[in-house]
Amino acid sequence: MRNAFSEALYEEASSNPEIYVVVSDISPAGSMAKFSSQYPERFINVGVAEQSMIGIAAGLALKRCQPFAYTIATFSLYRPFEMVRDDLCYQNLPVTVVGMGAGVVYSTLGGTHHSQEDIAVAGAIPNMQIVAPCDPLECMEATRWCARQKNGPVYLRIGKAGEPVMTKDADPWRFGKIRYLRRGTDVCILTYGVITAMAAKVADALQSQGKSVALASVHTLKPLDRDGIVEALRNYSHVIVIEEHAPQGGLAAQSKQIAWDVRATCRLDTFTLQDSFIHNYGSHDDLLAAHGLSPARILSQVA
Amino acid sequence: MSQRVSALHIAGAFSCTEIVDCIYNGLMRPGHSGEPSPDTFLMSKGHGCMIQYVILADRGVLSEAMLDAYCTPDGKLGVHPDYGNPGIEASTGSLGHGLSMAVGMALAERGHGRDGKVYVVLSDGELQEGSTWEAVLMASSFRVGNLVAFVDNNDFQSLGRTSQTHPSFYPLTDKFTAFGWETVEVDGHDPVAIHQAVVARGGDRPLMVVARTTKGKGVSYMENVPIWHYRSPSPAEYLVAIKEVEAQS
Repeated sequence: MRNAFSEALYEEASSNPEIYVVVSDISPAGSMAKFSSQYPERFINVGVAEQSMIGIAAGLALKRCQPFAYTIATFSLYRPFEMVRDDLCYQNLPVTVVGMGAGVVYSTLGGTHHSQEDIAVAGAIPNMQIVAPCDPLECMEATRWCARQKNGPVYLRIGKAGEPVMTKDADPWRFGKIRYLRRGTDVCILTYGVITAMAAKVADALQSQGKSVALASVHTLKPLDRDGIVEALRNYSHVIVIEEHAPQGGLAAQSKQIAWDVRATCRLDTFTLQDSFIHNYGSHDDLLAAHGLSPARILSQVA
Repeated sequence: MSQRVSALHIAGAFSCTEIVDCIYNGLMRPGHSGEPSPDTFLMSKGHGCMIQYVILADRGVLSEAMLDAYCTPDGKLGVHPDYGNPGIEASTGSLGHGLSMAVGMALAERGHGRDGKVYVVLSDGELQEGSTWEAVLMASSFRVGNLVAFVDNNDFQSLGRTSQTHPSFYPLTDKFTAFGWETVEVDGHDPVAIHQAVVARGGDRPLMVVARTTKGKGVSYMENVPIWHYRSPSPAEYLVAIKEVEAQS
């Protein structure tokens, strides 16, 4: 997904001289190397200095530039939190804070590199918008939107590498709107981000059991598509939320709130990361499984 | 203003009066045909912005009515600068944010092919923020020559004399020089010296002006007395202060 982000950003920068990227010592994978060699004056590497990464991005935006601040999710959001809050959100500047490898994607690096509560943290700040694409194509759509929007700050939560393409035949991407990757009539799975691939496996399994399953990418977490969630809660007898995020402040918690508000009568099952630091290592799937997120476990709970 | 509200930082405003006045009235260039100045001023020590408000009002950017409504429910101006108010280029108040934003602004000026200069005033207490030193390193590494920073070195913060609580900070100029800045030390209450220090600079690197100042400058009972970081003068004290300040002007 990071290559898709870099490619989309490079394309946008080629047609818009106001696009800047401020990176914090991140490897120039994919088109980021092209960006840095072609537009060196707009590629700013601060080194391991995330507070100044956000502050410099804010200063650029105060002078009408359209900056992206880009590094691993924990370091783009947690380390410079007050700069994100005061410099970007309080001043409502159109800066995109890119959190790469969000969730537990960095599965061998330990808890210091996991951003399992980032949506709750970012979502609590006024003016902040949050977009979490599910595959490389959606990441390109989201990046293009971030490069052109002037609403205010965005937290763009992306994966790292190897995510399968899932949105090739989906409806067009629209900021703030749930996007159905497949339609169904019995069960609706709401998900977003890298774990959408696992949600698709769950959907496949349920379909093989004879159920008609819809799968939706809830790529915009703030502002959440409340109407779209209500529609899912009303149109399906069974709604399942699968997310790679802590139980608080993410899609699961918000879906439950909305369900209560509208007196939803459907069955609602939610699957999230645990509210705990687990000291496990292995593949991304191993980490998710250690948190209780695996197709087998989910299927055993929703049967 | 000091008589209407109790929460303010009058001594920290008095210590940088000449610096801010010199920036606005001596260094920033006027804009062409009614346009704003091509240069930018950012008050990183946001708590000193009372003097910025007064100077902006003197220049006709802020109205007297806005000053009168300072910190009141009908007003727009608070104890810290708020982006969106006339003449305020960035929201500050939390220390250690201004210099990075100033570096970003200066880079934008360069990227846009303009010659806009960015002036920023820091407090000496603010130098304790690690984020300030990140920005110090960035500004010189990126050779941001259109950036001029001032340290209002009044040697006081809430808990006392900075030179006593954190003696390793001194001498200040050596630190900035070591980080690759052009550095100069001046009497921060001498506007001619401040002006000279800036116009005489090389311009290929950022300039740090370490300005020796006195907290509460101009009012005898406020000078170097920590309580005036926060306190507001009583009506009687106010009259004494006005008399003393007017006698010096």
